[in-house]
Amino acid sequence: MKVTAHHKLFAMVLSLGLIAGCSSIGETTEDGAYDSDVSAVDQDGGSTVYGGDDEGGVSSSEMTEEQRREAEARAERAEREAMRDITTFYFDFDTAEIKSEAREVLVAHARYLQANPNQDVRIEGHADERGTKEYNLALGERRANAIERFLIVNGASRGQTETISYGEEKPAVMGSSESAWAQNRRVELVFQ
Amino acid sequence: MTQRTKTGTRLPAVVAWLLMMAVIIGSSPASAELLIRITEGADSAIPVAVVPFSESGNMPSGDKVSSIVRDDLTMSGEFRPLAPEKMLSLPSEGDEVYFRDWRLLGQRYVLVGQLTRQGDRVEARYELFDVNREQRIMGATASSSVNSTRSLAHHISDKVYEAITGVPGAFSTKLAYVTLQRSAGTSMYRLQVSDVDGKRARVRLESDEPILSPTWSPDGKKLAYVSFETGKPAIYIHELATGDRTRIADFPGLNSAPAFSKDGRSLLMTLSKDGNAEIYKMDIQSRSLKRLTNHWSIDTEPAWDHTGEGFFFTSDRSGGPQIYHKPTENAAPRRITFGSRYNARPRPGNDGEYVYYVHQRGSSFHIARTNLETQEETILTRTGSDESPSVSPNGRMLIYATKQGGDSVLTVIAADGGAAYSLPASEGDVRDPAWSPIVR
Repeated sequence: MKVTAHHKLFAMVLSLGLIAGCSSIGETTEDGAYDSDVSAVDQDGGSTVYGGDDEGGVSSSEMTEEQRREAEARAERAEREAMRDITTFYFDFDTAEIKSEAREVLVAHARYLQANPNQDVRIEGHADERGTKEYNLALGERRANAIERFLIVNGASRGQTETISYGEEKPAVMGSSESAWAQNRRVELVFQ
Repeated sequence: MTQRTKTGTRLPAVVAWLLMMAVIIGSSPASAELLIRITEGADSAIPVAVVPFSESGNMPSGDKVSSIVRDDLTMSGEFRPLAPEKMLSLPSEGDEVYFRDWRLLGQRYVLVGQLTRQGDRVEARYELFDVNREQRIMGATASSSVNSTRSLAHHISDKVYEAITGVPGAFSTKLAYVTLQRSAGTSMYRLQVSDVDGKRARVRLESDEPILSPTWSPDGKKLAYVSFETGKPAIYIHELATGDRTRIADFPGLNSAPAFSKDGRSLLMTLSKDGNAEIYKMDIQSRSLKRLTNHWSIDTEPAWDHTGEGFFFTSDRSGGPQIYHKPTENAAPRRITFGSRYNARPRPGNDGEYVYYVHQRGSSFHIARTNLETQEETILTRTGSDESPSVSPNGRMLIYATKQGGDSVLTVIAADGGAAYSLPASEGDVRDPAWSPIVR
């Protein structure tokens, strides 16, 4: 699941890179069609048609710069969008430390929550089966709290988040192997 | 069925009804009885002959009283009962006991008795003899209703155990535990109470959301536990006789690890309403709270010590979970365990000599105990995924949960290690055992 999400993200970033590349040498009309193009891009979320067949289009360097920035912002937005496919975050044994690779994805979630104040998220903390049930309940909560704090610091508001710990009660994967444990030490974001 | 409700949101009536149905306060009889598997006996076990009791009048069908007594004594690990087919004679009263015969069979003690049906009751007269000293060391009568001769048998086991060891028997006590069956994405948790041999199990609560941490009131009449039945963890007190329940703690965040005080009037519990997991004492009547720990780390799994004044708990203030003790509610905590990086869920013995807990050694989790005076730590179990120790009320035995072939089972050992029997569920997991107090 994790792999799929990464692949998807990678593909998205690649295609966005391509688009950005196009736009930097892109041709636009001088009459402001550029602006309407941008809003069209925004509306259908990434599918882009530039210019038209006006081969004599003039492009001023200023506009290209602006255009590039816009494209970058678009790419970033789409990238974040893709990142938000990842809703499960993993932890090491007996820790609640957010892994560095999770940070960017969590920022994407936080920005999304910030942009959508009516969107609530339930932050579910889990532990693997090792150790004691009650300590694991507290550990799951500590993990959920760590993620909640991170989301809030990065733009989500307190009213949008709710945490719960299930301790070791709801494993993602059954079994008593290192790999099962690694997949069970997690926080899941459930958007509601 | 999962609930996704926030506090304060109103549930539609249908959903509320479904939620109620998801939690059945139960009386489904003996639906998931535990099996019993005696895995080893101590080498030092005392040979004892429990002679089949004579019977007059119509006796109920089912296990014989004397065979239940034999099983009880075997389970304790401290006795090695003689198989009846090896007995040279089957006396049922003192005059018929020939000590020479029993000495020949290597027996230290002989129990004989008679059962008499009287209306809807069964009366037992029984006598215990010391073979070496050729002495009668106990004689008594007891009775029960026809339907509960199992209770009668456990009572006799208690008396025999006490007459020989000087320590009250715990065969009449009960176990509370939780069974868990998972199938195709659904879970069914059942809180059950059974005899200590796993017999006469009754489901007290059933839910598709987690039920955890059952614990007994000191009078043995109530259980406190954590249930997620509303979608969030809350602590409940459950009257066993009536099935009446009270949701006593339902704060934001954790509500977990309840433990009754000695007088039954208050509960220790772990709450995170003030930011992170801390231990509080709640007066059950007034529901007023007193906060007993104050640290940014996890503080949980409180258990009153044998004095009833202080308590043990788990805290990871040193970096990993370790056992701490507060001799009084307001005293500074003292760290008890140092032997490895993970020690958790303390349970005191009955006399203040030991504390028992879960101990990580390498990649395994064992039950260990520390002598509180000498600080000496002993690992008690040879299994490797051990959890939830609970000490019998006479301090002689310990029950815990462990893994057998992928399933969680309960295992009973002597409190110093030694003998063991296990109580697997007929299906699925059985976990979170809690040994009841002795109720007189």
